[in-house]
Amino acid sequence: MMKKFVMLVCIFVFLGAGSALAATPKKGGTPAAEPKKEAVAKPKKGGTLVYGRGGDSVGLDPAYETDGNSFMICDNIFEALVFYKDESTALEPGLATSWEISSDGLTYTFKLRKGVKFHDGTAFNADAVVFSIGRMMKNRNVKFSGKGWEIPKQERPPEYWVSMGMDDTVDAIEATDEYTVVFKLKKVQAPFIANMGMDFADIISPTAFIKDPKAFVRNPVGTGPFKFVKWVKDDRINLEANKDYWDKAKGPYLDKMVFRVIPENSVRFLELKAGNITMMDFPNPADIEMARKDPKLQIISQQGMNIGYLGFNHKKELWKNLKLRLAVAHAINRKAIVDKIYQGMGEVAKNCIPPTMWGYNKEVPGYDYDVALAKKYLAEAGYPEGKDLPEITLWSMPVARPYNPEGLKVGVAMLGDLGKIGIKARIVSYDWGTYLKRQREQGQDMDLFQLGWTGDNGDPDNFLAVLFDGMESAAVRTQWQNEDFHRLMGEGRTTVDQGKRAEIYKKAQQIMYDECPVLPIAHSIVVSPELKKVRNFKLHPTNSVRMKSVWLQ
Amino acid sequence: MTGFIVRRILAVIPTLLGVTVVIFLMLAITPGDPAELLLGERATQESLDAMREYLGLKEPLHVQYGLFLKRIVQFDLGETIWTREKVSTEIKERFPATIELAVAAMLISSSFGIILGLISATRQYSWFDYISMVGSLIGVSMPVFWLALVLMLVFSLTLGWFPMSGRLGIDTNLEVITNFYLLDSILTGNGEAFWDALRHLALPAFALSTIPLAIVARMTRSSMLEVFRQDYIKTARAKGLSEFKIVMKHALRNGLIPVVTVVGLQFGILMGGAILTETVFAWPGVGKWLFDGVVKRDYMVIQGGTLLVATTFVLVNLVVDLLYAVINPRISVR
Repeated sequence: MMKKFVMLVCIFVFLGAGSALAATPKKGGTPAAEPKKEAVAKPKKGGTLVYGRGGDSVGLDPAYETDGNSFMICDNIFEALVFYKDESTALEPGLATSWEISSDGLTYTFKLRKGVKFHDGTAFNADAVVFSIGRMMKNRNVKFSGKGWEIPKQERPPEYWVSMGMDDTVDAIEATDEYTVVFKLKKVQAPFIANMGMDFADIISPTAFIKDPKAFVRNPVGTGPFKFVKWVKDDRINLEANKDYWDKAKGPYLDKMVFRVIPENSVRFLELKAGNITMMDFPNPADIEMARKDPKLQIISQQGMNIGYLGFNHKKELWKNLKLRLAVAHAINRKAIVDKIYQGMGEVAKNCIPPTMWGYNKEVPGYDYDVALAKKYLAEAGYPEGKDLPEITLWSMPVARPYNPEGLKVGVAMLGDLGKIGIKARIVSYDWGTYLKRQREQGQDMDLFQLGWTGDNGDPDNFLAVLFDGMESAAVRTQWQNEDFHRLMGEGRTTVDQGKRAEIYKKAQQIMYDECPVLPIAHSIVVSPELKKVRNFKLHPTNSVRMKSVWLQ
Repeated sequence: MTGFIVRRILAVIPTLLGVTVVIFLMLAITPGDPAELLLGERATQESLDAMREYLGLKEPLHVQYGLFLKRIVQFDLGETIWTREKVSTEIKERFPATIELAVAAMLISSSFGIILGLISATRQYSWFDYISMVGSLIGVSMPVFWLALVLMLVFSLTLGWFPMSGRLGIDTNLEVITNFYLLDSILTGNGEAFWDALRHLALPAFALSTIPLAIVARMTRSSMLEVFRQDYIKTARAKGLSEFKIVMKHALRNGLIPVVTVVGLQFGILMGGAILTETVFAWPGVGKWLFDGVVKRDYMVIQGGTLLVATTFVLVNLVVDLLYAVINPRISVR
């Protein structure tokens, strides 16, 4: 009782100081309680894991979802032909045990795993693959080996399939026997195999889908380690272990999982502290410090597969001036931005692909923060001390993203840095929809813009070509026209050998450094606090949350 | 009396029609391309076009409005852009949570508010009066968000009396029939779930009740003080009636009329879903849902949700007006 009283007094004193939860503990306290290297313990079966997250899933049909909260559930219910390895985007066999690529790079033959069953008891086979992937095609150029199914009409465009350009890649899908699927491509497309590991390429139960195509999004049936049980909108999703899972050596160990929606970050953290939830996503930076000091909690971190950058409007004559771009690049103190605004949940970027990705070019020096050098470039650009340079606009993101937690604050910091070399700028921001739309229009009222990207499939093409190869399409958000870069992107896509591709992308990063089409700012670091009893949870660079091999002490 | 009721009910129709026009126009003139917002930074021209086509954004405005009205009359509020679920289903899943919370908060605030106000009025300028009025001032000005966190820290994390967030515990099983958890647990005779749901309701209902409670208390006090100065109260006192009888029989009924208005208004507001309270307590109601709809610019959610909130508000006010007539028969004469 006394203890409680003292605690209450403490709480009120603490609140009286006017900072309910934002109170940052003093520096130099106990050392961070990082998870100890696990002694190789035998996984324990059983238990319920409660995952606290910021928002609800939108839907649970992997072909149509676009958001992390939906994929978080899909990752545990469904599986794809290929898997990403733990903590990297290297590939390993999934529902396909092996695959062969023809010498011309146009035919992919997948051998499928036998004896796998969907949660509804139906068999996983080549026809299920043809159905799952084929339903996303615009022209259903598919062939089943058995009697197959009539694939229902699409209700809406399958976002990822479309945005990954799969209709331009896949020509036909054919089940040649019960456990062999052949994909015929229209053109050589090296990232294709990595795409087959993404959520949209998950294999669903055709029987369950056909029964009621509109209801599937709320009653998902896959082959994964967990089965769907119940969904209370905006409240919770319950899953339970799939007792017939094919990969018993790796899990599942948990009996049940509950994904609870707790929108407010600090409340989610309080629930974790109270032990009511087992783990959570997106903690407030101040709470991470508290979590490190809490003996009941441990913290897992992982470099995010993303990039936040500052773009130049290449449609505007002014920004075709390389020296001016370099002046901006050297004027901005990115380290200060990452330290103060990302609060340790990010690292300064040298390249526009994350360092964990294959093909990352370590040799690129990166732009130093150097006011004198920036001034020199500015003078060489024809604007000594910023003279004759009109006031420029700096578009700042109105929303938080992992790669840029506070666009407006980042904008203000940049404004100050630019001011130091004599560039006058002002912040421009719109609501997110307008921002994205107007950014794409590249109007003359836009000079610099903040934007970023979270990778899909762990392939450098998914960053470099999609974001910066302006010659490929007018829809690319950085309309930079560089023939060498464009040629390299084409080569990268049509070369199947990964070693050769890595060299190509390294060259491309060097060109980007020399030409400075954008200024890379930061990659985020994703952090997840959890109770100490959680074992074997690994954050994945793609942000997927995979509970297959997780167990509770 | 009947004429008043009929006229009052008929007046609801143009009000609601006006609501539909406003809701429709509000969205039509809002900047921002919904297709672009929906698809985010990864949108391709092709997928954008497909989405615009899908949303029917190419039709002229009046056609869009006509379609909108037609659907409403058929109780078809469309499908949400975001979740591809019927708006009516989404509302059915969430509105009970909001009603449950609003009713609980209103019960707390009106009962305590009236009692506090009444005592303060009968003991004007006593210490009780001072404390309750200063308390209600604090109640009105306290940010719900902050209050919620304090409540959680004290009553959940430290004392462990109440659950922190959500509507039901992880291990509590409840067969859901109406989505009113309290009602469902009674219908299924599940005492454990009833108790659990009630405990989950405690903190959010209390946090939500503070502002209306304070307003009701102050309103009751001032209105009662006014009534106490009336001649008929003096007469009653002169007759030598007991103070209790004077207050309960003669003063209260007259004093409560403005209080009913306030309670009705507050209830109408709460029924629209308390965004902050619902968000902080992870309470899956319409307030948070509608707010998310606005953030995601989900046309259908905004239209359906605003319509629901506005209709509820209009109906609650209708009931309040009708209650007036019951409490004070003179009103019907006007």
